[in-house]
Amino acid sequence: MAPSDDEVFEKVREALVDALGVDEEEVVPEATMVGDLGAESIDFLDIVFRLEKAFDITIPRDELFPEDILTNAEYVQDGKVTAEGLAELKKRMPFADLTKFEANPVVTDFGNLLTVNDMCSYVKSKLS
Amino acid sequence: MRWFWIDKFIEFESGKSAKAVKCVSLAEDHLHDHFRYLPVMPHSLVIEGIAQTGGLLAGEVYDFRERVVLAKVAKAIFHGTAHPGDRLTYSATMNDIRENGAYVSATSHIGDTLHAEVELFFAHLSDKDQQRELFFPADLLSMLRLLGLYEVGKAKDGTPLQPPEYMIQAEIELTKTPSIS
Repeated sequence: MAPSDDEVFEKVREALVDALGVDEEEVVPEATMVGDLGAESIDFLDIVFRLEKAFDITIPRDELFPEDILTNAEYVQDGKVTAEGLAELKKRMPFADLTKFEANPVVTDFGNLLTVNDMCSYVKSKLS
Repeated sequence: MRWFWIDKFIEFESGKSAKAVKCVSLAEDHLHDHFRYLPVMPHSLVIEGIAQTGGLLAGEVYDFRERVVLAKVAKAIFHGTAHPGDRLTYSATMNDIRENGAYVSATSHIGDTLHAEVELFFAHLSDKDQQRELFFPADLLSMLRLLGLYEVGKAKDGTPLQPPEYMIQAEIELTKTPSIS
């Protein structure tokens, strides 16, 4: 049986507390991974390992954080993600809400988009 | 001087686990000031030794072709201090390894007493196309031999661990080159 939303959140929270050294209270659904919780790029590798273990899932490289798109000259021009790049991001990240990012798709802001809620949605998409 | 913070491997199972020992000695300069009347092996250097144990465990999985760097100390809990005369045993277990990095859990024991618990993440540097090696293969191989890796190492199938062929070739090439010293 698939775990409930609360169970998913609890496990995601535990993974983030362990990986980022933050307090449980800081990990709320709307908290951003980079801005609010201070995640750095290496932390995403840590988080991926922990989520895989906690949920018994496999997370392919660049699926949770599509660094390959953001560093691909084909999809980035003058520091902004192109329309093709945005389409690719949406295709790859159906679990994330990219509405805000689309308005001003500056690559350096991307890391600040993902929220705890997005992480939970991602896990749920893998479990379903 | 080389940056060796383990003395030798005592166990090594490819891709699974590794054990190395570090004998703390008052002959080590850094202990004279840390601290003057109470020499204590710095925790940071214990972590470095554990990282060398776990890093070589991770590196061996891909025949030492990946450039493995310590990326994150996810956890480090120390239950005591180590002093000259102590023999530390670092035990590293591979939790997970993939093309972009590895996750290792480890302990340090002084005799039977738990000294430290550490979790480490290693990243594989991705800019391979730039051809910058962290070590020359022959140098790395001589270091691995010094640490006794091939005396105790076991391959995945349980047979004695052998150095990768390209490293042996590099070592042979080096012996053909006249020494400049």
